[in-house]
Amino acid sequence: MNVSHKILSKSQLSENVFTVEVEAPLVARARKAGQFVIVGISDDYGERIPLTIAGVDTDKGTIRLIWQRVGKTTAEMADLKIGESIDYIAGPLGNPTHIEKFGTVVCVGGGIGNAPLLPIATAMKEAGNKIIGILGARTKELIILEDEFAAISDELIVVTDDGSHGRKALVTEPLQEICSRDPKPDLAVAIGPAIMMKFCCRTTKQLDVPTQVSLNTIMVDGTGMCGGCRVEVGGKTKFVCVDGPEFDGHQVNFDLMMKRLGAYRTQEQKASAQYAEHRCKIGLTDTIRKKQ
Amino acid sequence: MTDDEKLLQQLLEKQKTGGLKPSDRFAIPSQPMPTQDEVERRSNIDEVALGYTETSARLEAMRCLQCKNTPCIEGCPVKIRIKDFVGAIADGNFGEALDIIKANSLLPAVCGRVCPQEVQCQAPCTVGKKFKDVEKGVAVGRLERFVADWDKSGDSIPEVAPATGKKVAVIGSGPGGVVVAADTRRAGHDVTVFEAFHKPGGVLVYGIPEFRLPKAIVQKEIDTLTKMGVDIVCNFVVGRTRTIAELMKEDGFDAVYIGVGAGLPRFMGIEGEHLVGVYSANEYLTRANLMKAYKFGKGADTPIAMSKKVAVLGGGNVAMDSARTAVRLGAEKVYLVYRRSEKEMPARVEEVHHAKEEGIEFCILQNPKRILGNEEGYVTGMECLKYELGEPDDSGRRRPIPIKGSEFTIDVDTVIVAIGNGANPLIGQTTPGLELSKWGNIVVDENCKTSLEGVYAGGDIVLGAATVILAMGQGRVAAAAINEYLTGKA
Ligand SMILES: Cc1cc2nc3c(=O)[nH]c(=O)nc-3n(C[C@H](O)[C@H](O)[C@H](O)COP(=O)(O)OP(=O)(O)OC[C@H]3O[C@@H](n4cnc5c(N)ncnc54)[C@H](O)[C@@H]3O)c2cc1C
Ligand SMILES: Cc1cc2nc3c(=O)[nH]c(=O)nc-3n(C[C@H](O)[C@H](O)[C@H](O)COP(=O)(O)OP(=O)(O)OC[C@H]3O[C@@H](n4cnc5c(N)ncnc54)[C@H](O)[C@@H]3O)c2cc1C
Ligand code: SF4
Ligand code: SF4
Ligand code: FES
Repeated sequence: MNVSHKILSKSQLSENVFTVEVEAPLVARARKAGQFVIVGISDDYGERIPLTIAGVDTDKGTIRLIWQRVGKTTAEMADLKIGESIDYIAGPLGNPTHIEKFGTVVCVGGGIGNAPLLPIATAMKEAGNKIIGILGARTKELIILEDEFAAISDELIVVTDDGSHGRKALVTEPLQEICSRDPKPDLAVAIGPAIMMKFCCRTTKQLDVPTQVSLNTIMVDGTGMCGGCRVEVGGKTKFVCVDGPEFDGHQVNFDLMMKRLGAYRTQEQKASAQYAEHRCKIGLTDTIRKKQ
Repeated sequence: MTDDEKLLQQLLEKQKTGGLKPSDRFAIPSQPMPTQDEVERRSNIDEVALGYTETSARLEAMRCLQCKNTPCIEGCPVKIRIKDFVGAIADGNFGEALDIIKANSLLPAVCGRVCPQEVQCQAPCTVGKKFKDVEKGVAVGRLERFVADWDKSGDSIPEVAPATGKKVAVIGSGPGGVVVAADTRRAGHDVTVFEAFHKPGGVLVYGIPEFRLPKAIVQKEIDTLTKMGVDIVCNFVVGRTRTIAELMKEDGFDAVYIGVGAGLPRFMGIEGEHLVGVYSANEYLTRANLMKAYKFGKGADTPIAMSKKVAVLGGGNVAMDSARTAVRLGAEKVYLVYRRSEKEMPARVEEVHHAKEEGIEFCILQNPKRILGNEEGYVTGMECLKYELGEPDDSGRRRPIPIKGSEFTIDVDTVIVAIGNGANPLIGQTTPGLELSKWGNIVVDENCKTSLEGVYAGGDIVLGAATVILAMGQGRVAAAAINEYLTGKA
């Protein structure tokens, strides 16, 4: 049995962020909020990369993926066209988010983190929670899914580093204000770059607001076999693919995690550069920015 | 004519005229395995052991005394009729030898290469006993491999009984799963293999390296399954994509075999284990084998550390494979750090031997205390302690005891941890009612049946760390039980 993963629609959300709706009936049927898939675009020599399931259409048997072009594989994916196929999509992986009625949930998304955050925020909303959204990015173009968040948030705050859109601030600023309110929120969910999650957790810890984070470590198998996704949580080794991807943010050792994320930086830059060159040769127009 | 061919001729003559006496057989030199040059092979991934020629195979087979009580068979977990197949090789009847092996084992090309023969079939061999040296015993594994490789027919597809209308799900495509799929399919059931990875074969493709087990051999076995009409579904993670209950209640599978192998690599719990450059052997080998990281930048997209100095921790096959893979990926210095003595190493003797030939430095009676790193979080060294052996422990091996104050540091940029795996938690977590041991392994009875009706299990997920042949043996048992269960089922 060969499952086809044809791309049914595709669009670009910002300069380096892309989204597709792709056939994956088995994944679509089983998936719950907070889960991810492992995607490979070439069976023999390709890389296996984890991406969150940003949405699902169970009737059509499709899932939505949103990704940022950071390296070779995500760049190759960005070059796929409607009607073309992704080689394989395995999942859904990871534990679903624990959804219940907590009361007020503040959802903080940074950059591409908005993509994995959206299904969780949506499910929290559906469970009867009041949603306060905080979306942040370096600059206006990088804020994605603002309309979708506006639709489900009871209150939405947008910030940019350069003030080109919304407030000029880092996400931790409004987060601090909201967590200082009385009554304070019952739960915070923060998803974004590791550094952002680290500072969000520092903020919420001081103000004693429980905080969930979703970790984006490097992975290989996604089934608990390789140990590549390990992180230190509460002083213990945990595997993001089977124990996570969500953890109590106050227990996560972000400094270690950030170092591990950089493990292959030099090699990946090389691979990206090679791919960019290859693209130029075959006449694809826009070039890949090497540094985000 | 070579000397070996002359010797073979002489022996055959003698056999015709009066038969070979045990003393004649003892006089035949034990046939060495030809190998790839030990320097050249450090920079390629091709198979190291090249295999016997017809002449050397027959000479080796003639060393067999054809013992009445066949102690060798007792040593083989699947009870291959060793005496008979070795006899057939001596007579030059390779096809017959193959048929004898295939009656008990489906994967002779694999087992002949990777079985730890020195503790299995070769251990009790009378010839080895005579020379007081297991390695001088009849080289059963090498002979098994010879016949399997000799078999160029390969395409013969086992016969499949008429359709029974029953459906069997096999979870995991390692050696156990392959055997269950073949045996239940032969009985006429509709068989689907579900595999989490994008390629089938289990440890045989992602763990054991090409230089020890060429992937084409495994692929051939998988192709045979497909030709028999087994459906192989990759990228399907049972427990997540579908649970066992759903497979049985909604998708109509009548029986399930769980062969998901080992999971959760063990770490030592020492300082520095999260540094960049610390790998589990599983991750290192998967990147290198399955994802072909040795071709990174030349076609392959999965990176791996570009190590100069590597320490591998452990003394089993997995440790040897990691160390030898590191050599092939260009490491200048590879240390194998093991806390007991070489005598206690669980690795196959041949692998230890090959590893030494390839320049791997054995640091026995040593164990790391902590891994050292720099500001950026990269490994820069490892602090070790020296050990000595004390009284025997529960495993019967002498217990390693650290020597106080013996700390010293070795300079390395990569550390590969090969000290075993725990059980994969996914099936246990998602299958209510499935009985697990306190280590998380699945509990089965003598027919490999689990606590759930119609659900069977075997291989590493049951045995902890096992071997290919043990996983296959359990697969055989489970398949027979499944076939019987389905015959009785309406
Ligand atoms: C559970 C999970 C869910 C994820 N969901 C999404 C998602 O929905 N959308 C999305 O865009 N990304 C997501 N990621 C991150 C995504 O997997 C990586 O961006 C991707 O693997 C990069 O592949 P590449 O070959 O293009 O880049 P590479 O060439 O591999 O890397 C380029 C750069 O990105 C960094 N990088 C590599 N892997 C990761 C990673 N896992 N996380 C962060 N940085 C990384 C590298 O250090 C390097 O600097 C998720 C990761 C995990 C573990
Ligand atoms: C590096 C290395 C070297 C070894 N060397 C030797 C040797 O020389 N000799 C020897 O006899 N033994 C050796 N072994 C041990 C031997 O390989 C194993 O004992 C044997 O492969 C176990 O077989 P298995 O049937 O349990 O399945 P495995 O080979 O472990 O395969 C299990 C399969 O199940 C899949 N899977 C896991 N979870 C799921 C899920 N939820 N859904 C679907 N699929 C899933 C996995 O991806 C995998 O493909 C070695 C092992 C390793 C790691
Ligand atoms: S299957 Fe393994 S143990 Fe049995 S005879 Fe063959 S090599 Fe020996
Ligand atoms: S024990 Fe050795 S010599 Fe005797 S039958 Fe077996 S292989 Fe031959
Ligand atoms: S990705 Fe391999 S154990 Fe998690």
